[in-house]
Amino acid sequence: MYNILSWIIWIPVLGMVAIAFIPREKQDLIKRAAAVTTGLQLLVAIVLWSTFDATNGSFQFMERAEWIPSLGISYILGVDGLSLPMVALNALIAFIGVFVSWNIDRAVKGYFALFLLLDTGIMGVFLSLDFFLFYVFWEVMLLPMYFLIGMWGGPQREYAAIKFFLYTLFGSVLMLIALLALYFACGETFDMQLMMERAPFALDGVVWWGMSAIKVIWVLLFIGFAIKVPVFPFHTWLPLAHVEAPTAISVVLAGILLKLGVYGMLRINYTMLPDAVWWFAGTLALLGMINVIWGAMCALAQKDLKKMVAYSSINHMGYLLLGMAAVIAGGSANGSNLMAAQAGINGAVFQMFNHGTISAMLFILVGVIYEQAHHRDIEGFGGLASQMPIYTAIVALAFFAGLGLPGLSGFVSEAMCLIGAFPVFRTIVIISTIGILLNAAYFLWAFQRMFFGKLNQKYTKLVDINNRELFTVIPLLVITIFLGIYPRPFLDMIKETMNILIDQVAVVGGIAGIF
Amino acid sequence: MNNLLSISLFWPELVLTATIIIAIIVDIFSVSNRTSRVSNYVIIGLLATLAAVFLTNHSPTTLFMDSLAFDPFASFVKSVVLVATLLIIIFTRYSNEFKGYHTGEYYALLCIMVFGMFLMASAIDLITVYLSIEVVSLMSFILAGYLKNNPRSNEASLKYVIYGAFSSGIMLYGLSIIFGLTGTTKFFAIRDAITTLDSSSNLALTLSTIFVLAGFGYKISAVPFHFWTPDVYEGSPTPITAYLSVAPKAAGFALMIRFFNQVFVDGDSLSTLGWYADVSFAWPEILGVISVATMTMGNLVAIQQNSVKRMLAYSSIAHAGYMLMAFPTISSEGVFAVMIYLVMYLFMNLGAFFVLIYVAQIQGGENFEHFSGLGWRMPIVGIVMTIFMFSLTGLPPTVGFIGKFYLFVAVINAGSAFYWIAFFGAINTVVSLYFYMRVVKTMYLDGKPSEEIVVPPLSITLILLVLAVPSVFFGIYWTPILNWVNDSLLFFVQI
Repeated sequence: MYNILSWIIWIPVLGMVAIAFIPREKQDLIKRAAAVTTGLQLLVAIVLWSTFDATNGSFQFMERAEWIPSLGISYILGVDGLSLPMVALNALIAFIGVFVSWNIDRAVKGYFALFLLLDTGIMGVFLSLDFFLFYVFWEVMLLPMYFLIGMWGGPQREYAAIKFFLYTLFGSVLMLIALLALYFACGETFDMQLMMERAPFALDGVVWWGMSAIKVIWVLLFIGFAIKVPVFPFHTWLPLAHVEAPTAISVVLAGILLKLGVYGMLRINYTMLPDAVWWFAGTLALLGMINVIWGAMCALAQKDLKKMVAYSSINHMGYLLLGMAAVIAGGSANGSNLMAAQAGINGAVFQMFNHGTISAMLFILVGVIYEQAHHRDIEGFGGLASQMPIYTAIVALAFFAGLGLPGLSGFVSEAMCLIGAFPVFRTIVIISTIGILLNAAYFLWAFQRMFFGKLNQKYTKLVDINNRELFTVIPLLVITIFLGIYPRPFLDMIKETMNILIDQVAVVGGIAGIF
Repeated sequence: MNNLLSISLFWPELVLTATIIIAIIVDIFSVSNRTSRVSNYVIIGLLATLAAVFLTNHSPTTLFMDSLAFDPFASFVKSVVLVATLLIIIFTRYSNEFKGYHTGEYYALLCIMVFGMFLMASAIDLITVYLSIEVVSLMSFILAGYLKNNPRSNEASLKYVIYGAFSSGIMLYGLSIIFGLTGTTKFFAIRDAITTLDSSSNLALTLSTIFVLAGFGYKISAVPFHFWTPDVYEGSPTPITAYLSVAPKAAGFALMIRFFNQVFVDGDSLSTLGWYADVSFAWPEILGVISVATMTMGNLVAIQQNSVKRMLAYSSIAHAGYMLMAFPTISSEGVFAVMIYLVMYLFMNLGAFFVLIYVAQIQGGENFEHFSGLGWRMPIVGIVMTIFMFSLTGLPPTVGFIGKFYLFVAVINAGSAFYWIAFFGAINTVVSLYFYMRVVKTMYLDGKPSEEIVVPPLSITLILLVLAVPSVFFGIYWTPILNWVNDSLLFFVQI
């Protein structure tokens, strides 16, 4: 397993270079090269998953190399229970994404080259343990994303692409300032592990313009990450980007990119500024509640199926924020309710993974119907159940997973988030449960309008989901059902790391107290 | 060092002078339509000068009885100026704006300007400060108006002259007040004299510094002394625009760094710099405001431009603002960051201008619409321009990011009193993304993807790569530049 993490990150770049040498006319070859590349990456990720030591919560498979010593920048990679599921998810989604993109016919070479670059950027963010490297990867993602939305997207693609870019860059530059402030506070190192050790003490009692430095840095980082999640009120780029992006990019966007924000918060905000978690948890829970309700209400109002699914992502991210806020239940101030903290934070990470598979599935399914009907107007369909029985069955399962039906993975993680948050944020959780109801309402209502009733005569020529499309959906569906019935294998993988996190934030962080 | 001994350390300038004379003589004996061969001699001469800059080794000292400094910092700025000049000469040879013009003396004038910038980089005497700025300005006026049949070029030149005369007048006034207060023109003597001044001369000192700042601000086009920039940049021949946005700016920054470091700061070593306690004036705040105003103005106005050339002109104002961010800190980190930024800026800005020159020739114009669909028609030009635009925005992994990163490092390191500058710098980066990306958008998203592919001639491709490869390479591994700047961060200091 020599340098396995580097391989995972850089395999797509190798594929990109290979694609650059394929003549642009050989479209099939380009697509196959992309499939082989991501398939290889998936294999390595599976090897990583199976050799990962779940009993050890700290970083494994560490790699370390000097980069710019004079600035304390190194090339450090490592994986733990938090990043492992994300790496696996990304490898899977990227592999599926290539097949979802199979019908791309315009500038194929550019498309797949950028797709692979995006893959590398995302993997890099999840695996880097050097803050500078993390930031570089974080920014590298923006370029391919801009082009993928802007060049292969829908009618409003230019606006959507630049809005996405401006929003995310705004977040990143705030993050850059916070990064540098942390850098100097922690004795001029970008090594995240050192920063995690030093930051809580180095910043203790530091005051800038009458505000605690910890809070200022937290807010800067939080805005940077919240834009990616997206947390209300930074969410307005998301529906637009989703609707305009080509299907495969929506899949990556919903499946992985949204997780980066949450990952950043857990990896950086939580570990480097544990005291501020206590200060911010209430707001975080409140924002989670707004996300849940707001996302569900917006989804309910949508006529465009893809937009509805996009808003459902905002809704799902809300539960996740609630689960994240629940970590403070483990502190002595809240009666050291470790069970609740564990449920919340494990649920949040589990929700990250589940939302990745479920929303990816939903977007693929939206793409399937759009490709044939050339519109996504929910009202414009009707009675599709008789025309496309297999598609209908799969959409039904996916919608059920989306609305959190017991027995499917989404239910488990959402329930864990809510259970975890309940002891600390009782009212907020109770209000949030309204969101579950609304959630069911928009999914079922959309299902009813699209699939039941009389078949629209325009659509008698629609054919059922084809094998390629089935191939992209089935793995996700299997994972959703399996984890819904038996989530243990997943939770065991992340448990130890989450315990360390809870210890850092709730138990140790709680004592210093920032109130 | 006395005059005679100084000659031995004055080699670069001597070689340069010889180049100027050769350029003039070759020009006289050339047939009038073949004057571009002057550029061959000039390129050789400038390469020899560059070699001389690197080969003239001596510990920091002063030349010509304390009127010029000889130190690694000056050599650094000289090298940057020389590299920029060499590139500009190559650009000029590929530009079709000069068709029908006699370009022989163009190259000679360029070399005289280089000479002026050499002096700016090493001036430590108020007289040399003024003289060097004037040499550079006069040559810039002529070069900006070089296209004498083009009314815009004439307008550019005239505006430049008026603004230039105005600001150098103000600067001269400021310098004379300093001389009146201290009775000397030498930087170090001024520094010593200022410490003995009593508080009644604070006002005069503050005013004079503001006046001097006006002169520097004009040279680096900082708000509110920037008004000449857009019109001059737009009217001048594009190679000269590119040149004005890089080389005189580098020299202006060098002069400004030296002036503030050695006159107003306890100058024995850079690491212990702090603002002079006697000058009880909010210099860091004023410089910070100038910096923020400069970048904000540059960026906001750049958004509205329809001409890429004008957009780059305003963007170069914004970049001066970024570099000024590190000034209020007056720390060695700040100077270090500015020096790194100058190197990084050289690649990306000249690169963007060269693409502009080439596109203007192929498409017949410099507006955004002339870039429409270019990314498909000329893939190499498109990719390279995208790199430059990303770099100018400051996104990794390009040199623009590294430059900006060091500026932020300097500002954040200076303490929380300066964080607001970093904050505005960050917001401005986001604003600038919009108009830089507009170029990329026009190249790739507008217009129909064309089937035919235009491959630029090998020489053009080569120049593009020479600028684009370092723009990415030094964005990933910039230790070589770091070492060079580190070695150059050494001033001559008289204790």
